[in-house]
Amino acid sequence: MAKRKPHVDVVMIGLGWTSSMMGMELTDEGLNVLALERGPDQDTVPDFAYPKMADELTYAVRYQLMQRPAKSTVTVRHGVRDMAVPYRSLGSFLPGNGVGGAGTHWNGHTWRPQPQELRLKSYVEENFGADIIPDEMTIQDFGVSYDELEPHFDFFEKVAGISGKAGNLNGETQQGGNPFEGWRSSEYPLPPMPRTLNDTMFRDVASAQGLHPFPMPAGNASEAYTNPYGMQLAPCNYCGFCERFGCLNYSKSSPQTCVLGALKRRDNFSYRTNCEVMKVELAEDGKTATGVTYIDENGDEVFQPADLVIMGAYSLHNVHLLLLSGIGKPYDPISGEGVVGKNYAYQMNGGATLYFKDKAFNPFIGAGANGEVLNDFGVEQIDFAKEGFIGGSYFNAAMTNGQPIRNMPLPGGAPQWGAEWKEAVQETYGHTMTIGSHGSNMAYRDCCLDLDPTYTDDHGRPLMRMTFNWKANDVRMTQFMKDKIDTLSQALEPDDYKLSFKDFESQYDVRPYQTTHNVGGAIMGSDPSTSVLNRYLQSWDVHNVFVMGASAFPQNIQYNPTGLVGGLTYWAAKAIREQYLKNPGPLVQA
Amino acid sequence: MMHRIGFIALAGLGLMSTAGTALAAASADHSQDEVARGEYLSRAGDCVACHTAPGGKPFAGGLEIDSPFGTIVSTNITPDPEAGIGDYSRDEFAAALREGERADGANLYPAMPYTAYAKLSDDDIDALYAYFMQGVAPVDEAPAESDIGFPFDQRWGIGLWNWLFADTEAFEPREGQDAQITRGAYLVQGLGHCGSCHTPRGLFFQEKAQDDDDEAFLAGASLGGWWAPNLRGGGEGDAGLQGWRQEAIVEYLATGRNDHDAVVGEMTSVVANSTSHLTDDDLQAIAAYLKSLPREADGEEKQSDTTPAQTERVLTAADVEADAGARLYLDNCNACHFANGEGAAKVFPSLVGNELVNADDPTGLLHVILEGARLPSTPAKPEALAMPGFAWRLSDTEAAELATFVRGAWGNHGDAVSADQVAEVRETLPEDRETSAPDFEP
Repeated sequence: MAKRKPHVDVVMIGLGWTSSMMGMELTDEGLNVLALERGPDQDTVPDFAYPKMADELTYAVRYQLMQRPAKSTVTVRHGVRDMAVPYRSLGSFLPGNGVGGAGTHWNGHTWRPQPQELRLKSYVEENFGADIIPDEMTIQDFGVSYDELEPHFDFFEKVAGISGKAGNLNGETQQGGNPFEGWRSSEYPLPPMPRTLNDTMFRDVASAQGLHPFPMPAGNASEAYTNPYGMQLAPCNYCGFCERFGCLNYSKSSPQTCVLGALKRRDNFSYRTNCEVMKVELAEDGKTATGVTYIDENGDEVFQPADLVIMGAYSLHNVHLLLLSGIGKPYDPISGEGVVGKNYAYQMNGGATLYFKDKAFNPFIGAGANGEVLNDFGVEQIDFAKEGFIGGSYFNAAMTNGQPIRNMPLPGGAPQWGAEWKEAVQETYGHTMTIGSHGSNMAYRDCCLDLDPTYTDDHGRPLMRMTFNWKANDVRMTQFMKDKIDTLSQALEPDDYKLSFKDFESQYDVRPYQTTHNVGGAIMGSDPSTSVLNRYLQSWDVHNVFVMGASAFPQNIQYNPTGLVGGLTYWAAKAIREQYLKNPGPLVQA
Repeated sequence: MMHRIGFIALAGLGLMSTAGTALAAASADHSQDEVARGEYLSRAGDCVACHTAPGGKPFAGGLEIDSPFGTIVSTNITPDPEAGIGDYSRDEFAAALREGERADGANLYPAMPYTAYAKLSDDDIDALYAYFMQGVAPVDEAPAESDIGFPFDQRWGIGLWNWLFADTEAFEPREGQDAQITRGAYLVQGLGHCGSCHTPRGLFFQEKAQDDDDEAFLAGASLGGWWAPNLRGGGEGDAGLQGWRQEAIVEYLATGRNDHDAVVGEMTSVVANSTSHLTDDDLQAIAAYLKSLPREADGEEKQSDTTPAQTERVLTAADVEADAGARLYLDNCNACHFANGEGAAKVFPSLVGNELVNADDPTGLLHVILEGARLPSTPAKPEALAMPGFAWRLSDTEAAELATFVRGAWGNHGDAVSADQVAEVRETLPEDRETSAPDFEP
């Protein structure tokens, strides 16, 4: 028999970026808000304190801040006829654990999507015709426009204290920024980060080729900053321990540095850690949620009644919980019926490693979002009909770290072990830079999430099953990028370079790290027969459940997802505050 | 419908029930405005800081205060008639505040800053009385008695001390003084009781001055080894508050941080419980008053062997082989305080010319190095920015080398620190302090 806790107005599942921001918005309304976080509590000091955080082995190799697969994982298979097996060793993607979630261990690349990406299907149909969309590709529009989201992107960037340079202020092109970006109502809150050698080399070569490089929009503070909540960031010191680490210096935008200190002061906010939500409970008619059941830190089952449920867990867990709770119709990739689990997508990336005998890059002077980038080959720039694919990428020449275990790029032909390997490392350490392409990933009929029929988690619940593989359209996209990056690499005149891009032989491999941008599965849209959530991130089926996060993306954008996740969260919060609380019920009639 | 309205209604009910209980105990009915004004004044007086035990109920007393005479335990000042001050008349309450006299006629220990509260106006006493009778929830728990050894347990002796040192004159505005400065003087000398820590004490532990008639007033004092800085910000020079604009003082009091410095030690709770709750007008008044107090030159100009540019050069070039302290700075401190020692505005305090760093007694600095420090979360700046402690990582010798370097770098002029001094401070660190030592399984 579950223990029953006193009623709260709002229960939020997870306490990362989205719940932190939603917590501010809903406590502003006077609501009594509770967050349930599966992992431990953590804060800059003592948990991310200098110097213990500067430990590559513990945090970057042994994943101290990540969820343990023994506690929580997915099974993975390439196709609907394959048997899925558990993702037992972290590799391809790294869901974060504890308060702050993945928002503590990210690099800080903070992008808005292009306006075209939010209405991708319509954009393709209008400009190139519906018939260029392959049969198996299931791309959709988000159901919300860039113009609607702009104020919320703007506010999120101010909350997160993003360093960057605008390229389009209210429609006017700005020198030094991204000339292709959607309009912004204001400049970035902080100037771009100081440049490193790789940045300037890439900028010079790209400019000479007529391209338009600009500094990466960074969730790493270039200067001391105070955000609209009064929360503060310190100038990034380029310590080189960013991704996979909590920031030791109050410099990386995170729930801890940007929101939680302000939220925790509010008497109508509380949170409980080591509390894992098992299920969202529904009323008898299945039309509203009554609260959530969770396992508390003592292992006891607890029912937490609430009027409003905000799902703010990692994208994969949001989908898993929807499936376990029976909210929305599960997606069936064979029939194409159902919605929950539909359109799981990832990110198509590639890159070049360039070796320069006579250049010292000092990679240990690095920051997560340090980098010079360009957007000349973005989704909105490419003639899909001519090039034969749908999608796009941004390029980045980044210098994030010089950590000794994982960051030892060697020139082609260098031995992999022994005295000669050592010699090669001594010769090349600090002499390489990279150019990456970070690209979109379309949605496909058979790329999806559902409950695994075989494997269960430590609570006996079915694990979620991921069915995913690379598709020809996206490989053509990345091969196009390979050609462009090859040209740029040669122009930089390295002594040696190598390219690493997916090809038509590539199968999705969960072992090497690729990106923690798992999107879709609880997608937003305009039609309840093809989406889980309406345009306000509200469940079509259970109106007092709102689902935050990148699980709402109908396919993946070419950018890192956090900027869009932030904008969507404030957009949903506005709808809850201004519409839902006054008149609880579906905000869009099906 | 959501329970939004329910939530607000409930909160209202809560307030009413508290007020209802308190009403029964109070003899007179005071207006809500008067109670609210009293609450504000109690913030200005920081009553909660001493009269609340760690984790205890507000104003129920029980905080142990170490004094040279023994342990003084703060009293219950809630309106409970038995355990607290519920039976106090308005005049008995006034006598306790201004004269340190308990309702039963016994003298209070001068840990209670009645020598400062003597300046309080009748109006403010009335409001405080209204608040403590009606706005505070009664707590029926009597804290332990103070543990004071002979002869200081003889409370009649305090009468003699009072006769010698306590001045029960109410605050008198100076003729022709600017209204803002007058308000600031009233707050600083009276409720703020800033002199309790910042005015040097004489042979009998009396504050050398109760107001600005004497230049010893707020001239800085050492408190258990911590330097409570000179607060006099006027006159020629740029020492201490002289180099701070009025706005910087306001910011410091409101948030515990400004472009120059960040609060540490005892002042942290003062900012958290008192000054961060004051209105901007009152903080401006306090700052204006402090800026009006001329600061005497600190006698002999202290010389430094370094300049800011010189130290920055050495650290930037990592030219630290010859100086273990400089190497330790690079390895432990440079990440936040940077090679120029200036930290970052409002986030990491500057070490250059910093009063704590340069204090004659390095105890405060060593405390911060070993134990770390955490800013209070305040309404305007909610982030409790923290420096991790390094006690787990630095030996006494290393901490001494580091402190010696910091006290001599960038034009600083503090004397060298010995390993023995570090060991003494290390002895005093609380056992249950937060640590940021690596805690994972190897």
